[in-house]
Formats: sequence, C-alpha cells, structure tokens
Amino acid sequence: MLQNKRCQFAAARFAVLTGLVALAPCLGYGQAVNSCLDCHSAMPAPLGVTQDKFSQDIHAQKGLTCTSCHGGDSSSYDPTVAMGSKAGFKGKIDRRQIPDLCGSCHSNPNLMRQYDPSLRTDQLAEYHTSVHGKRLVTGDTKVAVCIDCHSVHDIRPPSDPRSTVNPVNVATTCSRCHADANYMKQYGIPTDQFAKYNTSVHHDALAVRGDLSAPTCTTCHGNHGAVPPGVDKVQNVCANCHVFQAQMYAKSTHSKVFQEEGLPGCVVCHSNHGIHMPSDAMLSTGPGGVCMRCHAPGDHCDRARASILDNLTQLDGTIKQADDALRLAESSGMEVSEARLSQDQARDALTKARVTIHSFQAALVDQDIQVGMKIAAANLKAGKDAMIERNHRRIGLGLCLVAIAIMLVGLWLYIRKLES
Amino acid sequence: MFAALYRWLDERLHLDGLIAPLRHKTVPTHRLSYWYFFGGITLFLFIVQVLTGILLLLYYRPSANEAFESVQYIMTRVQFGWLIRSIHSWSANLMIFTAFVHMFSVLFLKAYRKPREMTWVSGVLLLFLVMGFGFSGYLLPWNKLAFFATTVGTQMAGQVPIIGQPMMVFLRGGPQVTGATLTRFFGFHVAVLPGLVVVLIAIHLFLVQRQGMSVPPKVEAAWTANPSLRREMRFFPNFLLRELMAWYVAIGTLGALAALFPWNLGVKAEPFASAPAGIKPEWYFLFMYQTLKLIPSKVWIVDGEVLGILGCSLAGLFWLLLPFFESDKPARTRTWITGLGVFALVYMIVMSVYGYVAK
Repeated sequence: MLQNKRCQFAAARFAVLTGLVALAPCLGYGQAVNSCLDCHSAMPAPLGVTQDKFSQDIHAQKGLTCTSCHGGDSSSYDPTVAMGSKAGFKGKIDRRQIPDLCGSCHSNPNLMRQYDPSLRTDQLAEYHTSVHGKRLVTGDTKVAVCIDCHSVHDIRPPSDPRSTVNPVNVATTCSRCHADANYMKQYGIPTDQFAKYNTSVHHDALAVRGDLSAPTCTTCHGNHGAVPPGVDKVQNVCANCHVFQAQMYAKSTHSKVFQEEGLPGCVVCHSNHGIHMPSDAMLSTGPGGVCMRCHAPGDHCDRARASILDNLTQLDGTIKQADDALRLAESSGMEVSEARLSQDQARDALTKARVTIHSFQAALVDQDIQVGMKIAAANLKAGKDAMIERNHRRIGLGLCLVAIAIMLVGLWLYIRKLES
Repeated sequence: MFAALYRWLDERLHLDGLIAPLRHKTVPTHRLSYWYFFGGITLFLFIVQVLTGILLLLYYRPSANEAFESVQYIMTRVQFGWLIRSIHSWSANLMIFTAFVHMFSVLFLKAYRKPREMTWVSGVLLLFLVMGFGFSGYLLPWNKLAFFATTVGTQMAGQVPIIGQPMMVFLRGGPQVTGATLTRFFGFHVAVLPGLVVVLIAIHLFLVQRQGMSVPPKVEAAWTANPSLRREMRFFPNFLLRELMAWYVAIGTLGALAALFPWNLGVKAEPFASAPAGIKPEWYFLFMYQTLKLIPSKVWIVDGEVLGILGCSLAGLFWLLLPFFESDKPARTRTWITGLGVFALVYMIVMSVYGYVAK
C-alpha cells in the first residue's frame, strides 16, 4: 500500500518537473535579460524597438546587443543603473558620431575577420572622401550617414532582398533624399534622377529582368564614397561594363574633341540616369537622332553617319528577311536548322557593328556589316531554296500520285478482264 | 521476250512446279475479305523499311558525336535523302498501325482459333518486335526528344523486380543513356531485331500458307448450311493483284506524307541539359505510358510503377496466349474474348488520346 503511494508520488513529481522543463523556454527562463528591449518595445517611434525588429538585425544575429552601440547595462531593470553614466550609457547617438561609431568595428580588420573575412573595412575611409562625408564634417547633418542607407535596429546584409541596400532597393533608398525636392533644395542639384532611372534600360535589366549585375546608383557613383563621377571620368564609369565600346571611343576623334570641349563622354549621346535602349534611330536625323545635335547636315561626318545607318538598316533587314524565309521553310517541314543556327552569327555581326560605331569610323563598321551581310544573304538564299525545293517535291508528288492512280486503274481493269 | 526468259528459267529451275501450288491456292471471298489485305500491307511496309533502312545505312553514323549530324546531312545534302528518311520514319509508324489493325481484325474475325494458335502467337511476337524496332529506331537520330524518351523508357524497364536493373544497364550499356546506348540500340535495330523478325515472318507466312485463310465462324456456318454460297478467288493472280493495288495505295500515302510532312529532325540531344517539359513517348506506347502515370505511387504496400510494369507485362503475356484460353465451348469463350478485344481497343484509343492531350 505504502509502496504504491510512493510510486504514485514519484510519477506525479516526474510529470510536474517534465512540464516545467518544457515550459521554461516559453516563460523566458534561460534567456539573457535585455531590459532595453523590454521597455523600448512598449514605446512609440522613434524610441520604440521591438524584439521582433531587432532579431532581424545582422548584428543581433551575430551576438551584439543594444549596449554594443549605446552603452549602458541591459541586465538591470533599474533605469538609473541601466542608463547610468557609470555603465557608459551614450543614449541617442549624435548623427555626426554615427560614421565613427560604426567604423569603430567596421574599420577594424582584425575584429571583422572573425565575422566574415571577405568583408571590406574601408567604408569609413571612403565615406570621408564622399560628398556626404565631407559635408558632414562641415556640420551639415542632413547628409546621409550609415543608418540612412542601411537602416537602424533591423540592418540586414546587402544580399538579403529585404535589405535597403540590396541592389534592387538601392535606387529607392537613394531616392528617399535625392528625389525629395524640398529636402534637396539647398544643394541646387536636380531631383529627377530616380524618375529618369526608372525609365532607363538599366532599371529594366535590374528590376524587371532581375539581373543583379545591372547598374544602380552605387554602381556608377560608388556607395560609401559616393560622388558625382565628374565630366572627364564618365567614360571610365561606363567602361566598367561596356568595355569594347569604351576602348573604341577612347581611340576615336570624339574622345579628344569631347575632352577639349569639356563634354561628358558617353552622356553626350546616351544621357545619364535615363539611358534608354540604344537603337539605330540614334544615327538618324529624326526625333531619336543624336549626331545632328552637333554636326551640320551634309558635312563629312553626316555622310559617314548616313552610310553607317544605311548599312546597319540593310543588315538588320536582311537578317529579318532570312528569319522569315527560314521560319516559313521550317513550318513547311524543310530542314533548315543549319541556316537557323548560323543566323546567330549574322546577329552577332550586327551587334559587333553596333559596338564598332563607337570608333566613329564608317570603314570599320562596314567591315563588320559585310561579314554579317554575307551570312544573312546566304541564309536568306537557303530559306528561299528550301521553299523552291518544297515546291519541287510537291510537283514530284503530284506526278507520282497520277502515275499511281493510272496503275491502280490499269490493275483494276486487268482484274475485271481476268474475272469476266 | 518475258515468255522466252520464263521458258529459259523454267527449263533449268522447274518454275512451274513452284508456281503450281500458288495457282491452286484460293482465298475465301466474303463481305469481310478486305481485312485480309492488312497483313500483306504490313509485310510490304516492312520491306519498305528494310530497303530504306539499307539506304540510310550508307550515310548514318551510330555515335553520339556524329549521329545527329549524319541524319542532318542525309536530310539536307544527300540527293533524295530527305525522301528516304521521311519514308523510313513514316512507314515505320504506318507499319505499326497496320500491324495493330491486322491483329484486331484477326481477333474480331476469330482467325486465331484452332488450328491457328501458333499463327496468332507468331503474329503477336512480331508486333512486340516491331514496337521494339520503333523504340530502338527512335533514339538513332540522337535528338533531344528521343534522348529523354529513351531515358524514361529504359527507366521503366528498370522497375521490373529482380531483373529490372540488370536489364536497364544492359539496354543502356551503362547506368545512364550515353553514346554507348546509341551504339547498342543501333545494333538491335539493324541486326538483332531484323534477324528475329525475318525468322518469325517466315514462320508466320509458312503457317498462313499451310493453313490457308481463316473464314469467320458465322460465314463458315452459313457456307456449311448452304455450300452454294461458298465463294473463293485464286490467290495468284486475283488476290495478289488486289494486294498489289493496296501496296500502290500504301506507297502513294507514304510519298504524300513524306513530301507534305517531312519527318522532323528536332534539336541535337544534350545529355546534361534538363528534360524538356511534357515529354511523351511515341503514339504506340502512349496508352501504356498514360496508364503508368495514372497509377498512384503506392498501391497498398506495392510501388505503383512496379505494379504498372508488372500489370503491362502480364497483360502482354495474356494477349500472346489468348487463343489457348478458348474452352471446349467456343461460343461462350469467343464472346468474352471479343468483349475483351473491344475493351482493349477502346482502352488503347481512349488512353492514347488522353495521353496526347494531357500535360
């Protein structure tokens, strides 16, 4: 009897202990105390920071806490202790101090290496060379500091699509200041960059096609060391991606003349933030044409322009004709896959010719055009020949069917005669 | 001139003695006689296959690096190469179609019944071999669709319990479909299968000649009741001339298909590329493929795919031995065999159409 009661008691004790152990994490036992969040999570903005928000922050995930930046003692629930000067409490960080505060870790290679050896540690040095950094030193607190771009208390790594500095979000982040006419009024710079960029081929590539290598604001202006590229450096910026165009442009007469005239290289024809997909129409004298903004009608350059445009149009047209002819032949069941494949070579030649335009030499462009024309003309002929062959086959089929019909009639008559 | 040549040959080979049985051989004539032609048409299409296949062999190269290009060369550069290859492909499909028609006509006209059980068995074996021709020949151009269809097809063979895996490795010439599979399939297609088919055709034709054409039971009963109704025609030349007409129609159809719809070559196979969406086998395997797709992945404790493969194999075996299920009361057995035939035909058509339209 007594033994039974002991067993029952032991079982009940075990059940209660197991329950407490299971409930402990839910009740918060075993977790580090963070008195900062316990209070600030109940406060309205800008002092409010919830546990949920801070847990998204890369710093929190790496083990840093509020005190890492703000000082103080997060283990105490006594505000005079937690936010006391004895605990080194800094309170709200002054905007002018923010870059140096972030830099105290991010410029320390030995410290940063333990988190990510590939992380750069020159952000602060770069920032001091930027327009933002230079103006901050002069006391302009409206300029961007680290938290304006990276956000605060929920800083995510740039690779996170939700990060404000993820390539897809960078333009929107910059536009928060640079597209605000009132905010930017005192600086006397345009505020239509974001609107123009949104219509550009670069935005289309990045945001619509999802090509993360496509340029956004920081690709041309730099990020921590953001400055306008400067008139004489534009081609260097564009050359980072458009290598062949830049090499040809550098050797061209335009490069020299533009430098002498103080013109901003690529931007003269292609503009800057609102760069649209280039087309052959840029060589025309119509609305999309750019050459005649500087050149006079009928001069040597105008004739070269007209010649290049004619040749490009001719090659483009021949490629399209060949495409149509081959498509028609293929839909008729003709085997033209070799010609279809070599159409890519003709298209490559057309692309190459369009790149060679940046040499501004009609003869060089014509060399590429002729290569493409030869291939496209051969493919057009292949398509037409295939259709002629198809017609021959059908005529041959008709003749054979007539012969077969005659044979059938002859056989039938012979059978009837045989059986009559 | 032909008479003189015949006389010259007859003096030496005694041709009259060879032709005499053909002259005496007769074919029953009734309202369903035209079904007899399908066997001959299938044979004719097989001959077309052999002749065009030999011509294709002159240029075809059975290796992963050259197969596609060699077929492309045949289609574009070789004089009338397009015609030969298209006729080969179209006649292969028509041959399988006419073989199916011939088989079902034999089933519904009860021509499989005693004493023609062996003719039925040899015929069904021939149908299986002809489908094997289709499966092995489909890979030979080494295009994308064929590559993945062969991958799926051989994978299904690998699901057979115990012997499945070794059989799959044997068919593929390794664990994957590679150039070794192509070479192997080429060997099956031009040496192994033709050898087997020729032997079976010889047996099938010998049995047909030996036993004569079957007459449907109802026609036979009517003729027994009233012998004056019996109609026959001589095999040579009357039936053969009619068969010749059917062959002319077949060659005309083949020519028209080849000229109006040349067989597509597709895109060269890339073993490391991902399989194209909606990949399906050739139409004559579609009903089996769709059946396997519809079986759940697990049926009780048995793997669905294994169950499907076993089911198809057992159904094939049952079909092969169908005449032996006839009992001593033929009227009763034939009813359910006819019912089974109707069910099989409807099932094959419905599943093929379903497989064709399903994504």
